[in-house]
Amino acid sequence: MPTPDQTLNEILTLAATHFKVAREKLCPDDDFFKALGIDSLQTLDLLTKLENHFHVELPDYELQGVTDFRTLAGKIQARL
Amino acid sequence: MSTHEVLNSTGETMDCLFQDGLIELCLHRDPCNEIGSISLNELESFAAALPTLKQPAHAVIIYSDLKPGFSAGADLRELYERSQQMQKEDAVQGVREFLERIHRALNIIDSTPFTTIAAVHGVTFGGGLELALACDLIIADKTARFAFPELRLGLIPGFGGIPRLKRDVGNAVVRDLLLTGRSFNATKAQQSGLVSQVVAEGEALRAARATAAQVAKFDRQTSAAAKQFIKSIPYDELRREIDIFCDLFSRPAVQAGLKKFVDSKDAQPYLP
Repeated sequence: MPTPDQTLNEILTLAATHFKVAREKLCPDDDFFKALGIDSLQTLDLLTKLENHFHVELPDYELQGVTDFRTLAGKIQARL
Repeated sequence: MSTHEVLNSTGETMDCLFQDGLIELCLHRDPCNEIGSISLNELESFAAALPTLKQPAHAVIIYSDLKPGFSAGADLRELYERSQQMQKEDAVQGVREFLERIHRALNIIDSTPFTTIAAVHGVTFGGGLELALACDLIIADKTARFAFPELRLGLIPGFGGIPRLKRDVGNAVVRDLLLTGRSFNATKAQQSGLVSQVVAEGEALRAARATAAQVAKFDRQTSAAAKQFIKSIPYDELRREIDIFCDLFSRPAVQAGLKKFVDSKDAQPYLP
């Protein structure tokens, strides 16, 4: 099982690649809506990518209010 | 318009093409194929043409040409704005008439002797999922997400979603989708029995066409008999669904929920 830091790093890399943002510009505590420039529709796309990548289910309601990569990583880590 | 013209037409919200026994319905209403009165008119014309088709046909594919997804469901802005222009009783009656019309169209698609395939990607929510559920097969690409978010508005799905989902998957899955409003990805949907094939991003239509070509190899009368035998239409539950929807729609909480949706600054406020 990956460590929390590894999970966080994988999320940042995946998000940077998928939304074509330089990886070094993304920080763990960034608001991912702002950092990636995405709306709620694209957030669903990110959710799907994360679920497929980590082979987990992330119910939408668990992500309500989650805006930063670090908290998102915690939610994923809890389901690995 | 003649049947041939309807099945080879370009509409405001959907285009239809009939070629070599395959009927393709392409949804293209921005931003994500919200189903309002114009979509309903065009869907009704499409559905009405199916039983009158004289030329040989074997399959129907329904897909979206828009990047965000297959369909985000009912046009809630139109629903709210129209309901605001009417007395409460008239608004409920208007909703009932809309639902009865879309039920008639979806029942025709559901029961057509042709093999019907929904090729879906991205957002397949609410009424969009209900349209897909009227088809015999759902082929999803890996971006697809499925949800019934209606309870967030104080409503239940109204286009036949619950009876049709219940027909296809276990009741526990129905309750999960319905009572939590959460979305399933394509893999989860396939594990649940909702989706027949999951393919790579952007490949759903190609896979649907390959499936349609396979379907074409079989005797049409036999295929139609097999479908009629195995795929019954839950008419009683569909009627009951309309009644429950209309009862709920008359409550002030629904109007408040719709207003919140309409007032939202989010580009896609129906999403979680």
